[in-house]
Parts: sequence; C-alpha cells; structure tokens
Amino acid sequence: MSNNGRPLSPHLSIYRWPITMTMSILHRATGVALSVGFIVLVGWLFDAAMGAETYAAMLSYLDTMVGKLLLMGWSFAFFFHLSNGVRHLVWDSGRGFEKATANASAWFALLLAIVLTALFWWARS
Amino acid sequence: MAEFRLPKNSRIIKGKHFPAANSVSNVRKFAVYRYDPSSDENPRVDTYDVDMDNCGPMVLDALIKIKNEIDPTLTFRRSCREGICGSCAMNIDGGNTLACTRANDEVKGDVKIYPLPHMSVVKDLVTDLTNFYAQYASIKPWLQSRTPPPPDQERLQSKEDQELINEPAACILCACCSTSCPSYWWNSDRYLGPAALLASYRWLVDSRDDATGERLDELEDPFRLYRCHTIMNCTQTCPKGLNPAQAIAETKKMLVERKY
Repeated sequence: MSNNGRPLSPHLSIYRWPITMTMSILHRATGVALSVGFIVLVGWLFDAAMGAETYAAMLSYLDTMVGKLLLMGWSFAFFFHLSNGVRHLVWDSGRGFEKATANASAWFALLLAIVLTALFWWARS
Repeated sequence: MAEFRLPKNSRIIKGKHFPAANSVSNVRKFAVYRYDPSSDENPRVDTYDVDMDNCGPMVLDALIKIKNEIDPTLTFRRSCREGICGSCAMNIDGGNTLACTRANDEVKGDVKIYPLPHMSVVKDLVTDLTNFYAQYASIKPWLQSRTPPPPDQERLQSKEDQELINEPAACILCACCSTSCPSYWWNSDRYLGPAALLASYRWLVDSRDDATGERLDELEDPFRLYRCHTIMNCTQTCPKGLNPAQAIAETKKMLVERKY
C-alpha cells in the first residue's frame, strides 16, 4: 500500500500479547513442526522396512540427546495441536467466544497439552 | 508475505525528555510516540513528566495537559471525551483503546502511548484511516430492501430481531480492533478486518434487509473474510466490549449453512 513516505507505526514490538494470540501463533508453529516431524516418521518407518541393521542405525540417531529433544518437541506439538484443535472445533460451532471463556479455554488447552506430553513420556519410560 | 521488521524510515530513535519543575511532587512519566512529517527524522519516543496532582483521571486528560502546558506540537485526534466518537483510539500500555476511557491509574509504571499499530502515520498519534473507511464502505453499510415500505408506518421489527443488531450496531468505528489484529497487519490490503466484518454482520442479521445473499457472496473469499484465524485480539481489545470474533464466526456459519 502506498503511504506517501509516511512511517509505519510499530506493531509486534509494542503490542502486549494476550494469551489467545500466543495460542494462535503456537497453533501455527506446532502445525509446521508436525509437518517436518511426519517426514521423520516416514523415514523411521522406511528404515524399519529396510531391515534390522538400518533400523538400529536410525534408533541410535534418535536415542541421542538431540534426537530425544526433537521427539519430545514433536510429541508436545502433537498434543498441543490436538487440544487447541478441539478448541477451534468448538469455536466453529459458534460457541466459546466470550472473552473470559476464550481466555480460560486457552489456558486449559495449553495445560492439557503439557500434561498429555508428560504422561506420554512417563508411560513409556 | 508478512514483514515483521519496521521499514528503515519507521524505526524509532531516541527522543527528548521534558522534566517536571522541582516543586512538583507527584510525577508520572508519559512516553509518547512522535513523528514530524516536516522533518527528515525518523519517529522517536518523547518522555513527559506530568504533574498528576493537577491532571484529570484519564490518559486523554494527560495528553491534553501535555499539549496545553508542556509541548504544543503534540498531535492527536480527540473529540467527545466520553467514548462515543472513537477519535482518540491509540495504543496505550500495549493494547488498543480510547484515551478518554482509559484511566491513568489502570496503567502500571510509565504510560506508553503509540499510534494504532501497523498503520501509516500522518503525524504523532494520528494515523491514516483511508483504507479502514474504504473497507467499511465496501460492505455497503446501509439497508438494502427489495420490498416497498408499508405506506402508513416504518419497517417494524420484533423485539427479538432488534436485539440481534443491538450489539454490532454499537460499534463506533474507532479501529482499535482491526489494528490489533496480526492478520490485518499482514493483509490489510485484502482482509476486511474485524470492524468491517462486524458491521457487515449487523446487516446480515437485520430482519429488514433483503440483500443477505449478495452480502454473503461478497464475503466468500479466501482473504476478505477467511483471513480471520480466531486470534481474538479484536474482542480482547474492543473499548466498547463488543465481540467482532463472534460476529465473524457467525458469518462463517451462515456461509456453511446456506450450502445445505
């Protein structure tokens, strides 16, 4: 848009983020992370199909500190995208738009994602 | 594509400080965005020390006091001073609101004041609202009826039908919601934004309006309506307590429902 050389007023750098805005950008970020994660998942399955030796090599990569951190990140992305996705589904029905409700559901979905991720790693250890 | 950094000519440089007289005991700092179109300088943030013992309760009172007593070059829009004209919409303490209805006491620490975000700045706190108004005009904010009015009376509504438009009709077009929306920041050339969509909803649910179909046709577009991603900043920031996010969701529902 033409602005006659006028400056653009500051936006991201001065705006105080409401929890709903944080949830929205996290929903997108976790979505992107999941897309990348699924490529790894396909590689994992592919290696399993290639035989025991290839699979063992793949596991040794995933068993490193970096590998574990990535897997934890992807599992959180999965649970976050799931719980916030259900929140979006309720919104699509026209419900839950009151300010207090939207803020409460944001915190609930965030906590639920953290708890589910913790349970997931606790259950498999 | 979203541009997250401010353009070169928009980056904020260090501003001036206007200290209070030594005799003043109750001082509050007001950090205000300044831009002078007649100079080549970038925008800056000036700091004014305001004597709160001799200042009205609202942020607008402080701005008027600064303009009257400290720096007459400070420029901002204001008119009604009671939250009905929408002129003094600006970003105060990180949120968009009306300076006349936000109390100084509600803000913690220094009072930081910026123009409405991601807008073209005319001078200081005055932004160019041309595009915002054009978007409002584009939703045809008037009654479109195909039937002649009754000869002896107005077009009457039931109490229930009237209640549907009470809230969206209370919008004062201050632009707080649209300029709080990141989706509007990145796509204001094609996304209508919460204010225009709330206004559109007001006519979609008006029982006297016969253009619902055409209105929905106009909105069925990946950008105009569907750039709303339910970020909810609009509803969080509306100084009139309205709910544009809900109106947009209802509009999306109407578009789905008319297919079946």
